[in-house]
Amino acid sequence: MADEQAQAEPGPRPILPILKLQPKPHLEGVKCGSCGALFLDVKRVACSKCGTPGKLTPVPLSDKGKVWVFSVVHQSFPGIKTPYVTAIVDLPEGISVKSNLVDVDPEELQKNPQKAFGMPVELVVNPVAKDRQGNEVMAFQFRPSKN
Amino acid sequence: MRNVYVLGTGMIKFGRYPEKTVPELGAEAALIALNDAGITIKDVEMFASGNLYQANAMVGQRILQQIGQTGIPVVNVANACATGSTALREAYMGVASGMYDVTMAVGVEQMGKQGLLGGGGGGTDPAYSTEGRLGSGLMPAVFGQAGVEHMRKYGTKLEHFARISVKSHKHATKNPFSQYRNEVSLEDVMNARMVAFPNTLYMCCPTGDGAAAAILVSEDKLRQLAGGRKRPKIAASVLTSDPYTDRDLTLPDVSTLTRRAAQKAYEMAGLGPKDVSLTELHDCFATAELVHYENLGLCGDGEAAKFIEEGGGQHPGLGGKSPVNVSGGLLSKGHPLGATGVANVCEVVWHLTEDERAKDRLVPNAKVGLAHVIGLGSACTINILTI
Ligand SMILES: [Zn+2]
Repeated sequence: MADEQAQAEPGPRPILPILKLQPKPHLEGVKCGSCGALFLDVKRVACSKCGTPGKLTPVPLSDKGKVWVFSVVHQSFPGIKTPYVTAIVDLPEGISVKSNLVDVDPEELQKNPQKAFGMPVELVVNPVAKDRQGNEVMAFQFRPSKN
Repeated sequence: MRNVYVLGTGMIKFGRYPEKTVPELGAEAALIALNDAGITIKDVEMFASGNLYQANAMVGQRILQQIGQTGIPVVNVANACATGSTALREAYMGVASGMYDVTMAVGVEQMGKQGLLGGGGGGTDPAYSTEGRLGSGLMPAVFGQAGVEHMRKYGTKLEHFARISVKSHKHATKNPFSQYRNEVSLEDVMNARMVAFPNTLYMCCPTGDGAAAAILVSEDKLRQLAGGRKRPKIAASVLTSDPYTDRDLTLPDVSTLTRRAAQKAYEMAGLGPKDVSLTELHDCFATAELVHYENLGLCGDGEAAKFIEEGGGQHPGLGGKSPVNVSGGLLSKGHPLGATGVANVCEVVWHLTEDERAKDRLVPNAKVGLAHVIGLGSACTINILTI
């Protein structure tokens, strides 16, 4: 991966290959052509639900979802600002995604966890770091839906 | 399949042993178990060693280099937190299959002060590390979410999780093998520093060093070697991995594989949850213990909070019922990853045999004990022992 980055044009890079920055930021998964199971991968050998190999095709995923559960993390790696909210978000396609839940009050969610359950959220993309080549690394988060 | 019995057990007090090596710690536990069994290393025909952090370092052979190089087959096992219990199962299969009459399992780990902050992900360039940027893969958060899921489904409160920590700390005061032996109040637990909601500091297991060992034998060998001592039978030994479930890839599903293992283990033993006198289950976090009450069938689905309110999980000597983690559990006893799955079988054996080492915390008339471990990634083991 480092080599590919070194050879590519300078510019923003997704933190994970499932995040596509163009034409507009979105997530992409793969779908099993046999049983319909979805996975958050760009490459996969076989379907781990039904075992069928080689029938996985890319599918774009919705940028809206609902919070299933969350935790508020108060202790993390050096350099990671705490507290932050980690959340499991269910997308309408029937797959769940994990990321930070932003624009919410962590203390408030600890007091009233039910406020998060089923909360409609939308995908946002923000730079989180610069890599060794000086490219911006883009990550996705979820925030309460604006509409 | 032949019947398999636990002839001897050994365990060192969990804690911190920076001056010792992993093979030394394992060798100490092995010698205690051999002595307890009344045999020597020359009688052991096969050895399974469980250790996670030095999985590529031939820990099993290095233990034998300390206590006796007899040339027997050695298997080194790594299976996350289920490492020790998977080693025990290898030793169990050795006897059950008829291949050996005497086998040994040792689980050992040296963690020092490093926390349970595994699972961060990311490549060599830290700019691509996902921890804290795409949510958390850290254990306190993963198990925090499992607790929050129970809150969502059943309205469980922070206090229910906290009460588990109070209970297990109280149990630990009676266990000299426990890393921590202090009592904590409900207020202490609820007001302690939050690590990952809803798990506060006292709802997270400590890390440390430890070792435990067990000697397993066939029925013939038991008759020959037990000398009238009662020794428990391993009535079931089950290992499962995580099946495909809808959210498993983002929200590790610690329940489904435990339920499958429990169902298989009860079936294999011909017993049900009501028959179990004591349970040692994998309380890496208080939230984990609560969901496993239901997963192991100690109470019905959605009834864990009620179970706790009615004294479920507490030692009968404290007025409780269905005692869980009378050793103090991982929350107090400690969780040296590779040692855990052998140590909880030691605890169960000691209650079934009224062993001196559990004299201050014996569950009266214990006939059936269940030991459960889950390693995230995921692996679940359940051993049911009977006397
Ligand atoms: Zn499929």
